[in-house]
Amino acid sequence: MDSRGLFSGSFSIKDVHPAILITAVFLVAYPSFATDFFIFQIGAYSLILGTIALSLMMLAGYGGMVSLAQLTVAGLAAYLMAILGDNSMGVMGLGWPWWLTVIVSVLGAALFSTFIGAVSVRTEGIYTIMITLAVAVAFFYFVRQNYVLFNGFTGFAGVEPPTLFGIYWRDPVPFYYLTLTVAVGFFGAVYYCARSTFGLALQAIRDNPRRMRALGFNVTLHRIVAYFFAGVIAGFAGVLLVWFNGRVSPGTIGVDVAIDILVIAVVGGLRHPVGPFLGAIAFVLLENFAIDLIDRERFNMVIGTAFLLVVLFSPDGLLGLWNRFRDKFRFRGNALLGDERVSKNDPTSTGSLEKN
Amino acid sequence: MPGTDALTRLQSTGQFALELEAVSRHFGALVALADVNMSVKAGERRAVLGSNGAGKTTLFNAITGDFPTTTGRVRLFGEDVTDLPSHERIRRGLRRTYQISLLFNGLTVLDNTYLACRGVTRGRFSLRRPKRDDSSLELAETLLQAVHLDDVKDKQVAELSYGQQRQLEIALALSGAPRLILFDEPAAGLSPTERTLLVEILQSLPAHIGFIIIEHDMDVALKVSERVTMMHNGRIFKEGTPEEIENDSEVQELYLGQGGDHG
Ligand SMILES: Nc1ncnc2c1ncn2[C@@H]1O[C@H](COP(=O)(O)OP(=O)(O)OP(=O)(O)O)[C@@H](O)[C@H]1O
Ligand SMILES: [Mg+2]
Repeated sequence: MDSRGLFSGSFSIKDVHPAILITAVFLVAYPSFATDFFIFQIGAYSLILGTIALSLMMLAGYGGMVSLAQLTVAGLAAYLMAILGDNSMGVMGLGWPWWLTVIVSVLGAALFSTFIGAVSVRTEGIYTIMITLAVAVAFFYFVRQNYVLFNGFTGFAGVEPPTLFGIYWRDPVPFYYLTLTVAVGFFGAVYYCARSTFGLALQAIRDNPRRMRALGFNVTLHRIVAYFFAGVIAGFAGVLLVWFNGRVSPGTIGVDVAIDILVIAVVGGLRHPVGPFLGAIAFVLLENFAIDLIDRERFNMVIGTAFLLVVLFSPDGLLGLWNRFRDKFRFRGNALLGDERVSKNDPTSTGSLEKN
Repeated sequence: MPGTDALTRLQSTGQFALELEAVSRHFGALVALADVNMSVKAGERRAVLGSNGAGKTTLFNAITGDFPTTTGRVRLFGEDVTDLPSHERIRRGLRRTYQISLLFNGLTVLDNTYLACRGVTRGRFSLRRPKRDDSSLELAETLLQAVHLDDVKDKQVAELSYGQQRQLEIALALSGAPRLILFDEPAAGLSPTERTLLVEILQSLPAHIGFIIIEHDMDVALKVSERVTMMHNGRIFKEGTPEEIENDSEVQELYLGQGGDHG
């Protein structure tokens, strides 16, 4: 591949790697051959978890900020859907029209994420993890004890997507396409924006915040804005999550689940937006089928072991494994897993910046 | 060394690019900068000399705000910036290079320079990819020509030679519309040819751009500067024209007599 450089605006169909076409056709045609269980429980659920993990990948992979509170942000959007819209619990349920509920829920989540960013971006590494973990734990106990707004331990049930154009959107096939649209939309947005001025600056801040300050960038503000965008992504995923489950309770946003999201993002790979989705598919498949092989109690051990193996043997996650495989078999081009700046010398490079 | 009165008087005329007033910086018990007073006129070219550990880099860090000062005030272009963060000082026309290159190794040379140009303009938060005719991008290309890096602009920084990385450091500091540039040992480790090139670049800077250069190579330092400040143990102990400094007996004693003194 020649060095087209970051700033070339040209784009032609020839640049599209065959693997992308195959993946696209597969994703669109999937409901035509999969069972309802596979469409809904595996397909749609993977896309939702993948989207939440995408918001973490964006912060951690491009921004170097590992937040354990992205599920909490999605959870707030899920709760707001139940509180502002309709639920069957007789608590809150203000009955706002669905579109207004969605907009306000996503915005609420984005502002919450911005707030988390504001209190955590001056910290680095382990301290960021600790602060965001503290937020996640605090929010979990708060909703569990607050009955007036959040209906405490029970939470809310009966949260439904609207029936629009004569379609009940919680039916497996329409819901699958809905989640696919949202997931692909955010995947594309993250992929595109990674090379935008904002994205480029975010990655440069990850690699060298001091130099970025010396170039005139407001590093703190840049990081907080990244949290805002991550909050928008997580917020939409939260809306889908509550429609998927039909309910939301403290258990939805527990720390164990927050850690699952981290595992998904890390196992999938933090260097490219496709990573979180790979991780989510692997996770959901394991969650559903490991049970057949071993009992429920041991499931976390399987997940934990998988996590360890990936972190030890492929720091770039499944994505890194794939890249090595691809390199071995000399796949032509690299449009799927990176852009024009994939280094030929570095098998794990995915086109994002190198970590120093 | 002008006193506080002189500083205040001259400040009002706005002809100073930089004024330091009793600036100190402590690292624990170590006093890296002790009560430094210094003023640099707009457009002036100043060399800062001193042995290892004299506090020269610490002085730069205090001016740019990379590290906060312990006491004292910093004024840039007549404005007190002591409480302003680094990026705000940069946006007011200050630039710097680093003694040990601080570049974005995973980015191309052009991306590095583009970010430097974008950092002092609007559009830092743009979610669009820059177009080919983006003004910051065009400026970056021009800068790379000026420092003779245009034929490696699509290479990653990690692939550059040491000398080229030093040149890129300088390109980043020239981005935007600088008014005062701090060069921290730009010639260190360069070949004689690269040194000549560096001197050429420094001498061809527009007259309104002032700079302060830390340089161990007397040849380079005295060639490009109008005034020289000597530092020792965190203090300024001499200031004058290059000739005055060269012929100063105290300086000669310190530089020649204790040449091996690396504090
Ligand atoms: N971040 C820091 N923490 C602790 N001590 C520091 C720090 N930075 C500098 N110092 C100390 O402050 C003193 C001055 O250091 P500085 O880097 O300013 O010297 P310099 O004049 O630039 O020397 P050189 O010619 O070696 O670059 C030294 O004793 C150094 O060890
Ligand atoms: Mg130094």
